[in-house]
Amino acid sequence: MLFSLVILSAPYSNQSSMTAFEFAKTLLSEGHKIHRIFFYSDGIHNATSLSAPPQDEINLPVEWQQLSIKENIDLVVCVAAALRRGLLNDEEAKRYAKPAVNLLDNFEISGLGQLLEAAVVSDRLITFGA
Amino acid sequence: MKKILFISRHAPYGNSYAREALDALLAASAYDQNLSLLFMDDGVFQLLPNQNPTFIHQKNMAASLQALELYGIENIYCLSSSLIERGLNQTDLILENIKLIDTITTNSLISQQDQLISF
Repeated sequence: MLFSLVILSAPYSNQSSMTAFEFAKTLLSEGHKIHRIFFYSDGIHNATSLSAPPQDEINLPVEWQQLSIKENIDLVVCVAAALRRGLLNDEEAKRYAKPAVNLLDNFEISGLGQLLEAAVVSDRLITFGA
Repeated sequence: MKKILFISRHAPYGNSYAREALDALLAASAYDQNLSLLFMDDGVFQLLPNQNPTFIHQKNMAASLQALELYGIENIYCLSSSLIERGLNQTDLILENIKLIDTITTNSLISQQDQLISF
């Protein structure tokens, strides 16, 4: 079955992002496919390149990145939610004349249309963190 | 065309769930799908008239919800028990075309959908 996930909560402050990550790994191990993981609302913080947790804790943004590379999963961050919260790629940092870029590689900034497209093409859309 | 139900379960102010749910729904309206919106739990507070969030530096959610009609979103529901639990009056909600539905009808509405997006 083809799944997409929507993640609305930040890593660490809310368990939901970690639950979503475990769910994603379990889906793949059970033979399902993941079309897209869409990060919206506070979920966009899962895409930061600047998180630096203590060494004995999981760095969830990096875990998402590694999962994306290994399993070829589309990681999409909502542009409106990202800009409001200070998550920028090169293009947006230039556009808004901001001094830094903090979107982790393998995440892509795009619009809410990508959420709708995921809902349309996937068999199941599962929301985490609301 | 897929049937997609947006469920809005949070109060209009205090966090961004209600606003970002509406943003997502309005964006989705451009894609020619069968969209519906359900207010339940604290989400029913979004439907109260006379909201004045100016002093908390927020936009008026009631005014934003009026845009639903312009965007062609007509299937709008409110779980009546969520109103009753909060002591709210069914007669003075904004959105004239909203349908008040009971728990059984809500269950059936949800089970008819291809996808749910819950905020």
